[in-house]
Amino acid sequence: MSRPRKTNFRPKNAYILKKSRISKKPQVPKKPREWKNPESQRGLSGAQDPFPGPAPVPVEVVQKFCRIDKSRKLPHSKAKTRSRLEVAEAEEEETSIKAARSELLLAEEPGFLEGEDGEDTAKICQADIVEAVDIASAAKHFDLNLRQFGPYRLNYSRTGRHLAFGGRRGHVAALDWVTKKLMCEINVMEAVRDIRFLHSEALLAVAQNRWLHIYDNQGIELHCIRRCDRVTRLEFLPFHFLLATASETGFLTYLDVSVGKIVAALNARAGRLDVMSQNPYNAVIHLGHSNGTVSLWSPAMKEPLAKILCHRGGVRAVAVDSTGTYMATSGLDHQLKIFDLRGTYQPLSTRTLPHGAGHLAFSQRGLLVAGMGDVVNIWAGQGKASPPSLEQPYLTHRLSGPVHGLQFCPFEDVLGVGHTGGITSMLVPGAGEPNFDGLESNPYRSRKQRQEWEVKALLEKVPAELICLDPRALAEVDVISLEQGKKEQIERLGYDPQAKAPFQPKPKQKGRSSTASLVKRKRKVMDEEHRDKVRQSLQQQHHKEAKAKPTGARPSALDRFVR
Amino acid sequence: MTANRLAESLLALSQQEELADLPKDYLLSESEDEGDNDGERKHQKLLEAISSLDGKNRRKLAERSEASLKVSEFNVSSEGSGEKLVLADLLEPVKTSSSLATVKKQLSRVKSKKTVELPLNKEEIERIHREVAFNKTAQVLSKWDPVVLKNRQAEQLVFPLEKEEPAIAPIEHVLSGWKARTPLEQEIFNLLHKNKQPVTDPLLTPVEKASLRAMSLEEAKMRRAELQRARALQSYYEAKARREKKIKSKKYHKVVKKGKAKKALKEFEQLRKVNPAAALEELEKIEKARMMERMSLKHQNSGKWAKSKAIMAKYDLEARQAMQEQLSKNKELTQKLQVASESEEEEGGTEDVEELLVPDVVNEVQMNADGPNPWMLRSCTSDTKEAATQEDPEQLPELEAHGVSESEGEERPVAEEEILLREFEERRSLRKRSELSQDAEPAGSQETKDSGSQEVLSELRVLSQKLKENHQSRKQKASSEGTIPQVQREEPAPEEEEPLLLQRPERVQTLEELEELGKEECFQNKELPRPVLEGQQSERTPNNRPDAPKEKKKKEQMIDLQNLLTTQSPSVKSLAVPTIEELLSLVSSQEDEEERNHRQMIKEAFAGDDVIRDFLKEKREAVEASKPKDVDLTLPGWGEWGGVGLKPSAKKRRRFLIKAPEGPPRKDKNLPNVIINEKRNIHAAAHQVRVLPYPFTHHWQFERTIQTPIGSTWNTQRAFQKLTTPKVVTKPGHIINPIKAEDVGYRSSSRSDLSVIQRNPKRITTRHKKQLKKCSVD
Repeated sequence: MSRPRKTNFRPKNAYILKKSRISKKPQVPKKPREWKNPESQRGLSGAQDPFPGPAPVPVEVVQKFCRIDKSRKLPHSKAKTRSRLEVAEAEEEETSIKAARSELLLAEEPGFLEGEDGEDTAKICQADIVEAVDIASAAKHFDLNLRQFGPYRLNYSRTGRHLAFGGRRGHVAALDWVTKKLMCEINVMEAVRDIRFLHSEALLAVAQNRWLHIYDNQGIELHCIRRCDRVTRLEFLPFHFLLATASETGFLTYLDVSVGKIVAALNARAGRLDVMSQNPYNAVIHLGHSNGTVSLWSPAMKEPLAKILCHRGGVRAVAVDSTGTYMATSGLDHQLKIFDLRGTYQPLSTRTLPHGAGHLAFSQRGLLVAGMGDVVNIWAGQGKASPPSLEQPYLTHRLSGPVHGLQFCPFEDVLGVGHTGGITSMLVPGAGEPNFDGLESNPYRSRKQRQEWEVKALLEKVPAELICLDPRALAEVDVISLEQGKKEQIERLGYDPQAKAPFQPKPKQKGRSSTASLVKRKRKVMDEEHRDKVRQSLQQQHHKEAKAKPTGARPSALDRFVR
Repeated sequence: MTANRLAESLLALSQQEELADLPKDYLLSESEDEGDNDGERKHQKLLEAISSLDGKNRRKLAERSEASLKVSEFNVSSEGSGEKLVLADLLEPVKTSSSLATVKKQLSRVKSKKTVELPLNKEEIERIHREVAFNKTAQVLSKWDPVVLKNRQAEQLVFPLEKEEPAIAPIEHVLSGWKARTPLEQEIFNLLHKNKQPVTDPLLTPVEKASLRAMSLEEAKMRRAELQRARALQSYYEAKARREKKIKSKKYHKVVKKGKAKKALKEFEQLRKVNPAAALEELEKIEKARMMERMSLKHQNSGKWAKSKAIMAKYDLEARQAMQEQLSKNKELTQKLQVASESEEEEGGTEDVEELLVPDVVNEVQMNADGPNPWMLRSCTSDTKEAATQEDPEQLPELEAHGVSESEGEERPVAEEEILLREFEERRSLRKRSELSQDAEPAGSQETKDSGSQEVLSELRVLSQKLKENHQSRKQKASSEGTIPQVQREEPAPEEEEPLLLQRPERVQTLEELEELGKEECFQNKELPRPVLEGQQSERTPNNRPDAPKEKKKKEQMIDLQNLLTTQSPSVKSLAVPTIEELLSLVSSQEDEEERNHRQMIKEAFAGDDVIRDFLKEKREAVEASKPKDVDLTLPGWGEWGGVGLKPSAKKRRRFLIKAPEGPPRKDKNLPNVIINEKRNIHAAAHQVRVLPYPFTHHWQFERTIQTPIGSTWNTQRAFQKLTTPKVVTKPGHIINPIKAEDVGYRSSSRSDLSVIQRNPKRITTRHKKQLKKCSVD
């Protein structure tokens, strides 16, 4: 989504002092100067505040919220501009300090699994975990035995409260999986390829054999979208209200669910599309193709934003982590690779799996799960921002049938696996983000809250054409049109209004302002400018020569005879 | 004739006219030259007389020089006097009278006064007034500048503008105003007052305060003196330490060190007698120091001094001794404490010494013999050696040989090397045996050891030279024949993990080469039918492939696509749930076979398509399409022969080719496995800022000010509210009066000043008067 790295908290009544100070290490700050006499500082009881002033904030935490890129050196700016820049920087510092202070309110901590000295966590099975955890958590591990209607695809709603699953043989159901309350259960009498919740749990998109259908939480068919036919995979972009569908015919279609219009239908020109995932950071859709490439799509462009050659064989599964930094791909060549998406698109780690992974998914905290046949492997990284290390699996689990769908439940340490034997909900400690943003996606929200959130979300809907590889680029000035406009203005006016005025020597007294001396001064400045220009051009030439030299062989006197 | 006459008459006419002109001139001249001297006039007269001699048209000029009949006041002649008549002269009587002097003075005064000039016209006067008024007003108004600037820069303006009073008084002030009213309160306060307890500030009683304040003068002085003394002592000590530190004499330092050591020892002895517990602690400390030394490897021969000595050791006995000393010191320090027997330990130590003495060449040899990682190997071999020497020296060569034979399995051409090595090992073992025997007699063992090590060194040198030669010759052979594949040692051994699919017959070193390949299909075809095995080999020997015409230097930045896709990845041995033991064993046993089968299958499945080539072709096309096109303006047949089959000359084509400017480098220039679309997203560009707002001159400056998000999604509530406060707030239900001077702290209002000027235009300063004058003069 085009909202990068948001802080998922919103303190309501956090008392934040106006004067804030960053400290490198926790220390007692100096006495503020406003208090001239110490008596006035004392309270009624006579006790002195041992820590006067606002509490210091650690620098690293503040740094996390700073967004101004100070690496680029600015050209010399005038006083007025400088004051504006200073104001902007001061604002940034203040807001980031405030944000850092309210980190305190993120009370929950992620769970984890740790082996006793040298014990392999992968050997810990689900039964052990269930035995160890409390009852409420243990209830989150369950199996649904649905052997009748074939392999299942599943999807959790954005709040992580609801679960929808669809069997190949037409079985579609939605339930509140925490309380196990069934919302609806129908059979669509048609093959179900994929299933996905729309922005809320009230709407459900089902990719059926022919067309795309939309149901509500009662199981009533609301729409049948015939323009999206033979859909194999569905993705929903929550901040854009776009439903992206990949079809057998090779089309990637974006459907705006808020207005019911097809925003873009893009032909990928790569045959059948059945590998798709979204990048949650920038809402770019990743498609995997049979020629080993992964292409990145945005509805604004007819061609892919980027194409990455990942595997020798076809790509079987793609997943992108929640920060949009890493992409995991698996191919027919039985390799599992993790790519860096920050501009380089190079593999960071590679691993060959005996059977190859057919399904991949990232958790909110960066755990990677791969479904290989009937085995599920989970890898974990060192921290939240690090890629999962493929050396040792963090957890493994064997299911009763081949895996057909995988998704980590948001805000829960739960992995949902859809397979031929039904649905399995696994406990994976450390998978989910422990702190949720109550105003953004609240698992405990009431009906009223949901309705209010829906209105707000619709008001904040991001236009589809803003999807691009680097969402921060939108906050940059469009240099090309800026320069074009400048050129046109110069043409219109006949002169450059921003051009530097020619040097005018200042009048001086005592006969030093004679014509000759004026001319002399003018000439001096002119010469200096000229020298600068020459120097620059010389430097450029040097650069060019330095570049050109190593390529050519040594010239010979006989070269002139060469025809 | 008639014409002649005509001309004559004309001439005559013109003459007459001339003559007629003359007298006029004369008249004029006369009137003009009235004031001229006599002589000149006489001369004029003479000339006239001469001119009038010829008779015709003579005119008498009226000139009166003496009294005439007709005398009139209008005809006064002033001739003769030569001076102007002055008015004063007329007044002057024949005889001077004093009474007229005043009149004269008055007259002169009247004369000196010039005439009053014309008043300026109305418009000009008004203009001047306006100008002056403007200047004045501007000056008056300029005092508002800081106020205006402040308001402009203010983050928020709240109207009506009013001075804010501090709303909340501090609690102490409130308290001081508070009085006890109820009887209980009064009672309590009475008590407090009686006991001289503080009422408002309850921290210290007045007595306590007084006692705190009191510090006698003597006390203070003493304290000061003490402090001074301490400071002086400190500075002395510092100076001394600095001086001692600067002393360069080694001997001095040695003496000092020894003295210190002795002292420490003495103290320790004493301590042992007096306080055994403390002594034990001290001992521990010493032990710790030893351990530190042991860890820091300070006495290893790796230092600068030790290295220089090692070079000299061959020729210089003293240096050798020094070296030995150091080594023994090292040994002593690095000694392990838990040793079984003294002799064994010592031997181990000597072994160490030898190890250290051996030059690097030896290590190189070992590496060549045994495999990829020299570091691992070195430690390993030394370990085995030690073990062998401790247990049975004869076992060693076998062990080594075994290792070598292992390596032989992989690498056949190393055979010669191996033979040499075996030889070397044998010699070494022999020497060790002799050494062992030497160990039995401790006396003079030092020297023999030394000689032994020297021997080894010389041997090694010879050996390494041989090896090098061997290497070179082998290399030459390889390059000449070009078929013997040289095994790359850097490549890790486990070959089985490399997926077979990745090994392709054609190997591509760099992107350029690959492009070449793509262009030349025949080359490709030649390469393709090669057997897979050979392909593997060629892949393993990338640097001396025979058919590569020239060795291209790999660009460091460029990442080889082939390498990228063929990176070896460790495979998961068992993927099943590890708790199930049987499954695990089953899988591991079946693994290899399964894997092989699978690979075979995959290889067959992907035999036809070449993913990399297709991708590179696509990328090339994309790059070509995005490049700006050159414009060719050549007209065939212009200035030379044209026709079918005739091309315009190269020179001409070059002359008329307009090269497109090279664009910025592509983002995927150094990323062979990526195609990044360089097209502009015009839909997104419509939402971007395209005009720089006012104070910014460069877009980077502006970008910096909009980089922080202001939405509530990214900020805390307070920060969000602060970031989105409106610039101007008007309080509802309040009258907003215009700003007054009193509001901002000025005394007089500017309005009144202005009005005064406008109504009374006469009040003009001297400067303005000057201006006025200047205008009037012009």
